Amino acid sequence: MDNVIPLGWWGVPLAVLSGAIRAGTPFIFVSLGECLTEKSGRINLGLEGTLVMGAMSAYGISYLTGSPWLGVLVAGASGMVLGALHAWACSRPQVNDIAVGIALMVFGTGLAFYLGKPFVQPQAPGLPAIDFGWWSNHSQVRAALQVNALFFVGLVLAPLMRWALYNTRWGLAVRAAGDSADAAQSLGYRVDRIRLISTVIGGFLAGIGGAFLSLYFPGSWNEGLSSGQGLMAVALVIFARWDPILCFLASLLFGGASAIGPALQSVGITSGYYLFNAAPYVLTLLLMVATSSRRRLMKGTPGELGVGK
Amino acid sequence: MTYRYKSSRRSFIRAATAGAAGVLAYNWGVLNANAANEVIVGALYVGPKTDYGWNQAHAEGVATLKKAGIKVVEEERVPETIQVAKSMESMIKLDKVNLIFATSFGYWDQMLKTAEKFPNVQFLHAAPTVWKEGMPKNAGSYNGYIDEAQYISGIVAGHASKTGKLGFVGAKPYPASLRNINSFTLGARAVNPKATTQVIFTGDWVLPVKEAEAVNSLADQGIDVVTCHVDSPKVVVETAEKRGIFSCGYHMNQSVLAPKGYLTGAEWNWEKVYADYVQWLREGKQWPHLVRGGLKERIVRNSPYGNAVSEKARKQADAVRNKFITGDFVIYKGPIKDNTGKTVIAAGESHGQTDVGLESMNWLVDGVIGSTSG
Amino acid sequence: MVVFAGKWHAAANAASISAVAIVASMALFGVFLTLSGANPFGVFESIYRGAFGSWFAWQNTLQLAAPLMLTALCTALPARLGMIVIGGEGALIMGGIAAVAAALALPHAPASSVIAAMMLAGMVAGGIWVGLAGALRAYRGVNETISSLLLNYIAIALMNHLVTGPMRDPEMVNRPSSWHIGDANMIRSIPGMDVHWGLVFGLVACVAAFVLMYSTVFGFAARMVGGNVRAARTAGLPVPMLTITACIIGGAAAGLAGMVEVAAVHGRVSSSLVVGYGYTGILVAFIARQNPLAIVPTAALLGGINASSGLIQRTHDLPDATVLVMQGIIFLMILVSEPLFGRFALFQREPV
Repeated sequence: MDNVIPLGWWGVPLAVLSGAIRAGTPFIFVSLGECLTEKSGRINLGLEGTLVMGAMSAYGISYLTGSPWLGVLVAGASGMVLGALHAWACSRPQVNDIAVGIALMVFGTGLAFYLGKPFVQPQAPGLPAIDFGWWSNHSQVRAALQVNALFFVGLVLAPLMRWALYNTRWGLAVRAAGDSADAAQSLGYRVDRIRLISTVIGGFLAGIGGAFLSLYFPGSWNEGLSSGQGLMAVALVIFARWDPILCFLASLLFGGASAIGPALQSVGITSGYYLFNAAPYVLTLLLMVATSSRRRLMKGTPGELGVGK
Repeated sequence: MTYRYKSSRRSFIRAATAGAAGVLAYNWGVLNANAANEVIVGALYVGPKTDYGWNQAHAEGVATLKKAGIKVVEEERVPETIQVAKSMESMIKLDKVNLIFATSFGYWDQMLKTAEKFPNVQFLHAAPTVWKEGMPKNAGSYNGYIDEAQYISGIVAGHASKTGKLGFVGAKPYPASLRNINSFTLGARAVNPKATTQVIFTGDWVLPVKEAEAVNSLADQGIDVVTCHVDSPKVVVETAEKRGIFSCGYHMNQSVLAPKGYLTGAEWNWEKVYADYVQWLREGKQWPHLVRGGLKERIVRNSPYGNAVSEKARKQADAVRNKFITGDFVIYKGPIKDNTGKTVIAAGESHGQTDVGLESMNWLVDGVIGSTSG
Repeated sequence: MVVFAGKWHAAANAASISAVAIVASMALFGVFLTLSGANPFGVFESIYRGAFGSWFAWQNTLQLAAPLMLTALCTALPARLGMIVIGGEGALIMGGIAAVAAALALPHAPASSVIAAMMLAGMVAGGIWVGLAGALRAYRGVNETISSLLLNYIAIALMNHLVTGPMRDPEMVNRPSSWHIGDANMIRSIPGMDVHWGLVFGLVACVAAFVLMYSTVFGFAARMVGGNVRAARTAGLPVPMLTITACIIGGAAAGLAGMVEVAAVHGRVSSSLVVGYGYTGILVAFIARQNPLAIVPTAALLGGINASSGLIQRTHDLPDATVLVMQGIIFLMILVSEPLFGRFALFQREPV
């Protein structure tokens, strides 16, 4: 083992940075997926189930076929199926999309646990990382700068999504469906179809987010893998005002926040641990309170959403 | 125009009554078969049986009973609420279970309540809970002094570590964990008196993301051997392997997960305890309400040494293990100071493993970086 | 829109659609089981046996249904006003904490007073917690689903902090818990049954909620808001007050569930309180179509499914997640059958 110079207090920002990247990547994918879905006028609370299902299927496929990237693809596919199910259920009249989301959350999680039992023990090949710290002598810095390719996919996807939403006709259709279904229909858009596609893509991304959890960090499948990241992503999207780039940054923020606890303990700060855990939720709640208003919609809210109204 | 309903209230009542009658008839028809006088085991786990950790260790112990031809029913992921009592009752009433292993700490209260209701069934609790006079006679607890095995792990870790810095990922700072941490550290210090153990508590028993983060932070601090006390050490061991540091396992053998870095591990040997209980039950013997033991009683054991363990380490570890087995070794022998400088065990004092006082340990030994609060 | 001249027919219609949806979901579940290699009929038989097949099974079911009746109200009542609140879990936890605090504050009072105080404390705490989400919605337009979700997480974090810190019982070395409320103050079983009085609390709460919603001015006003907010406002109804009140009452019910869990089962607050009763309550509310009376049999159904989970595991070697899948399918089927309401000719009228 080469140069392991203890970093002491420097360990904290380093841990937060690498933790932000590591723990934040699933948030990036799920929040971008949810952002798109919500932009088109639907809330998909079922992404928690999609995330878990994606994690399980990625791990299972990787174990069975030996190819982690195939696992990622299958995870995305399973997310698409769940997304399609959500879209179909919600397209029926009088069906409430939040309720469907909760139903899918239960179903997706249950299905993942059910099918995933045989995969808890075995080890599946994980996703490789790109080494960005080759220049450093410190093995810790090198380890911290090991970044997975999916992070970069997310990094590129966020501005791409933003550009597409505001500069393409497809993006216009999505936003129209989300802001006012009536107006969209009068423009000739088929609202249900737009929402279907958006929800399916959203599910695809959420599935990939799950694959990251089981194939890279923590890199293992078991039933405690998700601690509500899928649900948090919904709050995160609101926190980020439905802007894909802000979603990306907020994901890093939430990811870093979850890494802070262990990092602080490693330099000796141990009290108030649980209150720390509550910080991201309190922050989001405060932000929502500060920016919502009874009369006007929160700036950036898709009109059809029923949120912030 | 007047309206009439296509269906009438009367027809609905008729339909409902017919349905109810059908249900009652089915109930009357269900009879229970009477089973012969044999030992039927019921096991309850708080998590999944395949977690490579606490639950799997128990499941594997129970599996040896199955192999011996004993009928076993198992339930996993039983939450620590009233559901425990109901599950136990269901096992007793429907599966004719007469020996129950309740393998999670939080099952104690419900277990006692159920024990009072079914005096002919034996209830055993896998935790350092203490049976007292006045509690139902058909209840008891069993536990192992796994910290002896952690001591051995500590010796091996002390030899293997180049930086002298060890790490421990714990869930909550409760006595059994603190005891493990202390034994591990004392073992390492027997090799390297300057060794330190950094502790990180994740806050709960199954938090894979936090466990992985903890190992990363520990590795960032220059620690090169980690061990843990969480329900499923799989993540800790795998992450350690990814970071290229050594690991010592816990609960059961995780060497498959870390072929390069796995040194040894502190494992349970529940097979022995379960076989004993079945034996006692079959022979109708009075069994102890408190079953405890360590390496000597073969309730705990160490994993086989990994490739990275040096000859010297093996020799020393084996020597100490033999001393445990002959009963000559005491880990908690004074003078011992805790990590705030206070003397917790005075010079000349010696606490053997069976000392009940050790089961409410609330201090961390000198050399441990971390705190018992939070 | 189909009009049912009789309330009775409307209820029967709803019940039969729900029944059909449940049967259909069982069929789907049976297909799922077959595809995964299990024997569907055997599993159904086990579900029946574990849930309703004997007096013991029934008691098990009722016991598990009791908290669900209360937490379902937390979603059902605000839903009548058109809100979707999922904060039952958080309200339950806060209720449990408050109940313990109340018991600790009255160390020498007689048991009946302590229990009454605990009930009150639990309801107030739960009511405030969800009422907060309601207030945020009424006055700041904050979406109540998200805010109640966030409040769940905050409640869990608060509970963890309290039981490892200020409220910690140092005797409970092996598991961070609050102090015990005292054995004398525990809620006992209903005489002759193996079910604690929490069941009665649940039943009474559901009946009371039903009366509230359908026989009082408040209920009428609330349902008007749920029907058409703008019309209600124009009619001069105090929408914010109704919103917050519905949330407070719903939260109080869930808070009471927390108090019952503490006083009848655990005696203390610890992480054992966080087992998902709040989230399952959401399922119950939706399957019962937000009707407080229908919540009772629905809670029994879901309680029964959960009660049979152990038997399914043992007899068929199926994982515990099996019941999760079943619950998900039932929930989905109920939701998508919503548009069928009113289509069944059996309950329609024909001219004479």
